[in-house]
This record gives sequence, C-alpha cells and structure tokens, in this order.
Amino acid sequence: MMRYLWLVPVMPLLGFLVLAFFGRNLRKSIITLIGTGTVGLSALLVILIGIEFLTSPPAGNAFTLKLWTWMSSGGLSPSIAFYLDGLSLAFIFVVTFVGFLIHVYSSEYMRDDEGFARFLAFMNLFVSAMLILVLADNLALMYLGWEGVGLCSFLLIGFWYKESANAAAARKAFIVTRVGDTAMALGLFLLITEFNTLDIRSILETAPAHWTPGSAKVVWIAFLLLGGAVGKSAQLPLQTWLPDAMAGPSPVSALIHAATMVTAGVYLIARNHVVFELAPIAMKTVAIVGASTLLIAGFAAVVQYDIKRVLAYSTISQIGYMFLALGVGAWSAGIFHFMIHAFFKALLFLGAGAVIHALHHEQNIFKMGGLRKEMPVIFWTFLAGSGALAALPLVTAGFYSKDAILWYSWSSEKGSLFLWAAAFLGAFITSIYTFRMVFITFWGKMKTHIHLRPGRAMLIPLVVLAVLSIIGGFLETPHNLGHITLFSGMLSGVLPEVHILHSGAESTELILQVLTALTGFFGIYLAWHFWMKKPGFLFRLKQTRAGAALHHWWLTGWGFDWVYDLLIIRPFTWLSNINKNDIVDYISIAPSNLVVWLHNLTRRSQNGNLRWYAAGIALGLIITLTIALFL
Amino acid sequence: MIIINLIGILMLGGTAAWIGSRFHPHAARSISLVSVSLAFLLILGYLANNLSTIGVTSPGAWLEEVRFSWIPAFGISVHFAMDGLSLVMILLTLFLGVLSVLVSWKEITDRKGFYYFNLLWILAGIIGVFTALDLFLFYFFWEIMLIPMYFLIGIWGHEKRVYAAYKFFIYTQASGLLMFLAILSLYFIHGRNTGIYSFDYTDLLGTQFDPKTGLLLMGGFLMAFSVKLPVVPLHNWLPDAHTQAPTAGSLILAGLLLKTGAYGIIRFAIPLFPQAAHTFAPAGMILGAIGIIYGAKLAFSQTDLKRLVAYTSVSHMGFVMLGVFAFNQLAYQGVVMQMVTHGISTGALFILVGFMYERAHTRDINSFGGLWATVPKLASMMLIFALASLGLPGLGNFIAEFLVLSGSFQANMIITAIASIGLVLGTVYSLRIFQRVFQGPKNKEWNFSDLSWREVIIIGSLVMVILWLGLYPQPVMDAVKPVITAVLGNL
Repeated sequence: MMRYLWLVPVMPLLGFLVLAFFGRNLRKSIITLIGTGTVGLSALLVILIGIEFLTSPPAGNAFTLKLWTWMSSGGLSPSIAFYLDGLSLAFIFVVTFVGFLIHVYSSEYMRDDEGFARFLAFMNLFVSAMLILVLADNLALMYLGWEGVGLCSFLLIGFWYKESANAAAARKAFIVTRVGDTAMALGLFLLITEFNTLDIRSILETAPAHWTPGSAKVVWIAFLLLGGAVGKSAQLPLQTWLPDAMAGPSPVSALIHAATMVTAGVYLIARNHVVFELAPIAMKTVAIVGASTLLIAGFAAVVQYDIKRVLAYSTISQIGYMFLALGVGAWSAGIFHFMIHAFFKALLFLGAGAVIHALHHEQNIFKMGGLRKEMPVIFWTFLAGSGALAALPLVTAGFYSKDAILWYSWSSEKGSLFLWAAAFLGAFITSIYTFRMVFITFWGKMKTHIHLRPGRAMLIPLVVLAVLSIIGGFLETPHNLGHITLFSGMLSGVLPEVHILHSGAESTELILQVLTALTGFFGIYLAWHFWMKKPGFLFRLKQTRAGAALHHWWLTGWGFDWVYDLLIIRPFTWLSNINKNDIVDYISIAPSNLVVWLHNLTRRSQNGNLRWYAAGIALGLIITLTIALFL
Repeated sequence: MIIINLIGILMLGGTAAWIGSRFHPHAARSISLVSVSLAFLLILGYLANNLSTIGVTSPGAWLEEVRFSWIPAFGISVHFAMDGLSLVMILLTLFLGVLSVLVSWKEITDRKGFYYFNLLWILAGIIGVFTALDLFLFYFFWEIMLIPMYFLIGIWGHEKRVYAAYKFFIYTQASGLLMFLAILSLYFIHGRNTGIYSFDYTDLLGTQFDPKTGLLLMGGFLMAFSVKLPVVPLHNWLPDAHTQAPTAGSLILAGLLLKTGAYGIIRFAIPLFPQAAHTFAPAGMILGAIGIIYGAKLAFSQTDLKRLVAYTSVSHMGFVMLGVFAFNQLAYQGVVMQMVTHGISTGALFILVGFMYERAHTRDINSFGGLWATVPKLASMMLIFALASLGLPGLGNFIAEFLVLSGSFQANMIITAIASIGLVLGTVYSLRIFQRVFQGPKNKEWNFSDLSWREVIIIGSLVMVILWLGLYPQPVMDAVKPVITAVLGNL
C-alpha cells in the first residue's frame, strides 16, 4: 500500500486540475463528487497506509518514496520525495480526514455560491499542498508545500474577492506570512552552507556531531526556522493576519486557519527538533512565544463580537499551547494537542458557519441568541467542541491534550513555574471566552430569525467531529488516569521523550489537574455571571474611560496592527509615493535638461535683430581686446 | 553551421517579409512566422539529435563552432561557437521569437513589412550576440540588435515612443562605445604582450594586466552589460523603453535583450578579467541587492501596468548581478535559470498586459478592478505569472531565486540577507498587479472578451514552460553545467 503514498497528495491535485479547467461547465453534483471525492479517496488511502504502517512497520519505522530529482547542482540535490513516519502519518491523517469532512460540509455550505467550482478547486489544491508540506522528505520540497498552502490561503481568504476588505485581508495574510517565510528561507540557505543538503534525515543525523549545543550557527538556524513557524502559525509577533483571515468562508477558516495550515509551524519545529534541541535559547524562545501568545490572544478573544474572530483568537491561543509544549520539549504532547485541536476547532468553525448561514450572514454574537432549542444538533455539537476547547475534565478530548501540556510546562526540565502559570491562566481565560460565546449565542432570547436550516451534508461532519472531540482524548491519557500512550507510542521513534525534572511528583500532578479543572469551571461560572446573569456590570465598566480603552485595546488585538502600520506600512507607502518617478531618472536626464536649458538661453541671442548682432560683435571685440591687452 | 543557418534564416526571412509586404498586406507576418518557426524547429532538431552529449561535454568545449577569416589584417574573424549556455539562450530566443510574431499578429497594422524586418533582425542580432566569439563580431551584433529595436520602439510604440527610443538608444550606444574602447584596448594590450593582434575570445582569454588596467577595462565591458541588464542606477532607459514599445518589443526587451547583458558578464566580463572581477565582486553583489530592493519598491509605486512590470525586471535582474559575483556553482546555475525563467515570466506578463491594452486601450491600473469573473482565463493566467514573479515554488522563477540566494549566501551572508527582503517586496508588488486588476470592486464596466484561441496558445505555452522549469529544471541545469564549471575554473 505504501508505494501508493504519492497518490495521497496527487489525488486532490487532480481534483484541482479538473475543476480548474472544466469546473465552470460541470453540473454541481459532478463538481461535488470530484471536489469531495478526491479528498475522500486520499483519506481512505491514508487510513489503509496507516493501518499497514502501524501493523507491519517498515524498516526503521519510516518509508521514503522518491519520485524524481528536483534540481541538482554542486552536490545539493533536493528531490521530489515523500517521507512517511509517525509524525507525518499523524498529520496526513488529520489533513485528509478532517479535510474530507470539511469538504463534505462545504458541498452544501457553498453550493449556491457562483464560484462553487472555484471554491472546491482551491480547497483541493490546498489539501494537496498541505500533504506535500508534511510528507516532504527535504526542506526544499517542504518549502514548496509551505508556499503552496500560503497561496491557497490567500486565494480562499479573498474568495469573495469583490469586497476590497476581503482582498486586503488576503493580501495581508500572504505578505505577513511571507515575512516569516523569508526568514525560513534564510534558515535553509544557512543549512545549505553548513551541510550542502536539505535532506531532513541527514541533517538531523549529522547535526549533533556537527555542532556543539548552543553554537552560533545552530542558534541562528533555529531562530530563522522559528521565524517561518511564527509567521505560518500566527504566533507573536506575526499573529496579526489570522483574525483578518476570517474574511474567508467558514469552511476555509475551519480547514486552513484552524485545523491544518496554521499548525504547519508546529510541524516545522517538531520535524527539526534536533536543531532546536541543540539551540537551548531558541527552545526557550519557542516556549516563551507560545506562553505569551496564548495569553495575549486569550485576552483578545474575551472582548470580540464576531463569532469567527473569537474563534480566530482562540486558535492563535491554542497554537500558543502547542508552541509551549514544543518549547519545553514535550514534543508528542504538542502534536497530540494539534490533532485534538484540529477536531474541535474545525467543529467550532463549522458550527459557527452553520449559525452564520442560518442567520443570514450574521456574525455578531450579540445579535444571535436563543439558538439552543432552535438548532439542537448545532448546539450540542458546538457544546462538545466548546467543552473540548475549555478542556472540561475527563469527558472531553481537549482535557487530555491540554493537561499534558500544562503538566510538562511545569515538570519538564525546560519548564518553569512561570510557563505553567501562563498556561494555567490561559486555560482559565479560555473557559471564560469559550462559554461567553456559547451562552450569548445559544441562550437568551432569539434576536435574528433563522432563515435556513443546515442539511445532512453539514450536520454529519459536525457530529463526527463532535464525537472525536469527546473520545479522541482517550488515545493518550495521563499517568494517573489509565496511562494510555497510543499516540505518543506512534511518535516515539520520531520525537524524543520529554525529560521530567520533578520525578515522582504524581501527587503534584493530581493537585494541578484538580486546580485546573476547578478554575475551568470557575471560568464558566464567571462567563455565566457576567454575560448572562448580570450583564450590567461589564456594561458600566465599558463606560469608564479605562474600561473603554482596555476594551478597545483588546478588541484590536493589542494594537499590533497599529504599530506595524506606523512603523512599516506608512513609511513604505510614503517612500514609494514620493519616489514614484524614480529620483535616479531626474539625475540621469539632468545633462539633457542642462543642454536644453543652455539651448533656450543662447537661442534668445539669435533673434534676427541687426542691432543685437552689432552690439554682440562690439561686446565680443571689447572683451577679446581686454583679455589680449591686460592678461 | 547551425548558427550561421539560424542567423541567415532570420535575416533573410526579415528581408523577405519586408519585400513580401509590397505584394500582399498579410505576407509579412506569414513569412516571419514561417522563418522564425523554421529556425526554432532547426534548433529543436539539433537539440533532439544531441540530447545525450550536451550535458556531458567537457568544460570549456564547444558544441558547435565555425570560424573563417574576415579581415585578417586586423585579426578579425567570423567566429561563432555554441556551448550549453548559448544553446539555452538560443532556444529561449527562438521560442520567444515565435511568440513575438504571434502577439504582433493583430496588434501591428501599420508598415507591417518594415516592422517584421526589424523584429527578425533583432532576433538575428541576439543570436549573434549569444554565439559570437570574435569581439569585433560580438560588437557588430551588439549594434545589430540595437538599431532595429530603436525603430521598433520609435515607430510602433505608444504615446511617448520617440522619447523612449532616444533614451534607449543613447544609453545603449554610449555604454556600447565604452565597451568598444575596452575591446580595442584589450586588443592592443594583448597584441603588445604577445605579438598576436587578434579579436578572438579564445586568444584573448588569459591576457595579463596590471590590476588597475584590468579593472578599468572590465569596467568598460561591465558598463555596456550593466546598462543592458540593467543595474541600478543605469536602469532608467528600461521603464520608458518597455512601457512605450509595442507588446512584441517589450517581450523581446525583457525576455531577451536584458539577458544579453547577463550573458555578456558571464561570457566576457568575468572570464577575460578574472582578477578585476574578484576585486569588484563585493560591489557587484551590493549593486545587485540594491537593484532587487529599489526595483521592487519602484514597481510597487507604479500605476501604469507596463511600467510596473518593467520595474519588476529591474528587481529580478538584481538577482543576476548578485549571483554572478558570488562565484559559485549554485549561484551560477541560479543566474542562468533566472535568465530563462525571467524571460518566460516577464515576457508573459508583458503579453498579458498587451492583451489588456488591446481590449481597454489603457494601462492605468486604477481603471481596472473586479474583472476576475469577466475574464477568468486572462485572470488565471495573470495570477500564474504574478505568482511566478513573486517566486512561488513549483514555478521556474523559484528555482532561479532559490539557487541564486543559496549560492550568494555562501559568498556573503549579510548582502544576501538584505537581498532576501526582495522576496517580501516581490510579493507586495505581484499581488498588487493581480488584486488591483481582477479583485476588489469594479471601477468601470468593461466589455471585455476573454482570451481567444490564439492568445490561449501563446500564454498556454508559456505556462507549460514555466511549470516545467519549476518542477524539472534539471535539463537546463545539466546543459549549462560544463559552461559554469569552465567559467568558475578560470577564476
């Protein structure tokens, strides 16, 4: 089965090509069949390959499939080659499986859009590029997938391109991530300089012998790769594009900006974990970036009105958790949270999409309300997703994945009390903003009339994802709760074990778990209290000057956009406006202007008046004589 | 012989087209198409026959060589030779040559005979430049490309064509004269040193100078090539010439003429003056980085679509300058890839802008907007080439920029890191082209028709090539490998 691995990314690519060339002339049912079918086949293939991989693992627990040499020069010869191990298996499973569900959902959600074929074509292209990204056996090919998903993100954020705001959001996403990508490219150049190869395997194998830990080169490389990761994964300081990216249709947000593409940074770091482990300062930075991002985005999420922006900030925050996990060396915990997050965040975006769809494109949660009875399936699935996001103990998958991160952020040898405290506070805020959103949307009075109810193609993916958001956590449970390690077992050959500093501290673990669980519930209570029971308090707070300022500050995502606008965009546009006509050009035509000016000057003397000429002759004579006589 | 045949076919075809147009109004374009296609088929046939040997020739060896005496008294001979680099450039020339006839098919209605005469003679001149090994002959062809191009811009160009044509002519001519002076000095120095007075490249290689003279003479060559390439701050003729030229003119200017500058540096400036080249290298790399950033910034400011694309060339050619002075295999492979892929992608952008101009009679980017649904084919094509221009992996330009940057990074990390900002700026201006024209609200209700079959064939073939170069560039890289090894070996 594994030799058909190439078909996994090629299948959706074919779907893209067919839809791109013939999409406009096909019937909608055919378009649906091609668009969802190709991803479905990929998912099926991944499951078959996965079963084979897990039951009869290939030699070295990894499988490489080389298609052809991409370019070869001076010893550097990256190939078009795919590499399958536990890590890429986890990613291709999520990409194809969740991707398939989202495609099914889209087939109804986007059916009446005039660009239906274009939409599914781009979605297929995205899935293909994402699969190439995670299957690439070298960093050059990974960069191809990396830029490919960026392109699809651009095309899909700006899918409704007639609105300039959407086009601007798309542009912003592309350019901001490109800043990170350029850092990453420099990292690749540095790797080439060091190893003359971009083959991930050989880099990881030779790196420990090549560098002493903490040496300058490896630190640079780690930081440059981190630059790429924070761009793609919307972490500090390049997180600003993701909230705006919500301009795209909801399935896009679910697939690209929640489940898959934005976690590419996590994948990049995990994939190159050896490099990061050799650069302790970079590791520490990863953890700090994660911890601060998860807090900043969490606070911003608390004040958003737009349901998709709440979820966007929440995504930034949850990826912050993954970065935190990576930064403390809890590699498989980070990847596990990626998978669970993909389930519940895709679910939440799809649920939000269904609500938005039903309420005539209303995205403001304060104009929703009372949907609990009206849309029960949406409500229950959304509740399951929210529970997982808020990590409600024992019954949700989010609990198991997040609990591991909290635990390791304290107990790992790279962890610290501060990191744990940030994660703990983040968990508290998460439960507040999550249930604020749930209460305002589904409880209270109905404010907008339901205009369209979701059909089966939209509901089934929701139910499947809801089930996964509940039971997915049982793949990996803490020591004191069964100690199942199916997921980390799969990754054990790829990613190193986390080094625990506080050994034998299982009682501490229990205390921390209980503490987190209690604050989670307390957060839910606060959400209920402040937004349902006594909304007047927050209203009054917002009337005060400080309250209003704080509210505005968080609403605009801590003012990062403002700063970048001031420091980068305005100087650049100013410079390009004043120098539109190219100052060099003025210099280069100066000689010819001078000649023209002299010509005009001397031309005046040639005016046809005899007296002028006579005077000129006389004057010239006098000057010549004077010079001849006196000099 | 194939080189002489190619040049002969183009020159004769051009002349025949001029004469033919007196008998039938459409004769000129048909004759041109037939002769350029014939030349293209000839070189393709050559390629097919020699496919196995091209990549494995020993460094410095020629695939084809003809030489006979011309003015023996001065040591001038007709000496043409072709290696992998020339071959790749000839293929590009004739491919774009066929397209340039096709895009002129309907655009040119006035004085067709003379137009196609000029077009074909430019192509002949370019092939001459890519193959001439006698410096006198080289200079001769250098001029042959210049004069017909002057007419092409000055007669069939847009509203400010005369100004643009003059500017182009003065820049190229003045810098060409400097090169000619350098050639003459080289001729005499070599003659005095060895007693052999010869303009032949193979004789002149390895001439010894004191460092100052070397630098000065290389400067003469470099001046001509830097104007053509162009290198900031010698680039000012380019936006005017590209903007004002008819579509085929812009295609040839961007696709081919600029490449003669790059070719000249690789073939002549560096091998003839290796020491001087080493001295100049850091400055060259800095000029490259400046070009990348400055060109990109100016491209972003433009509102005239053609001018915008013209400035992107300035930026892209900065990569050539950066790579050429990095002196390593990776960078040189990248430079050659950049020459080819930029020819394809920028040529395509000029063609697309030309198509838009034929429909709208304006190039003002602000008068468009929201046209995606109106002309989906045109929009998708523009998107593909805008993406190529920003260096999206999978398209040829990525390979070029990736190789240039990874090579030049080994030579100088800081300059390369600064040059990499060009990747971000490239995104900024490329997206602007696409979004301003095809996205956002409609500024005006245009009654556009989508691409016709002729237009689809033209652009479609360019798409195929840019994809092929992006996914499997190895054949081109193999073809030029011996050449690069030879150039670097002499340094």
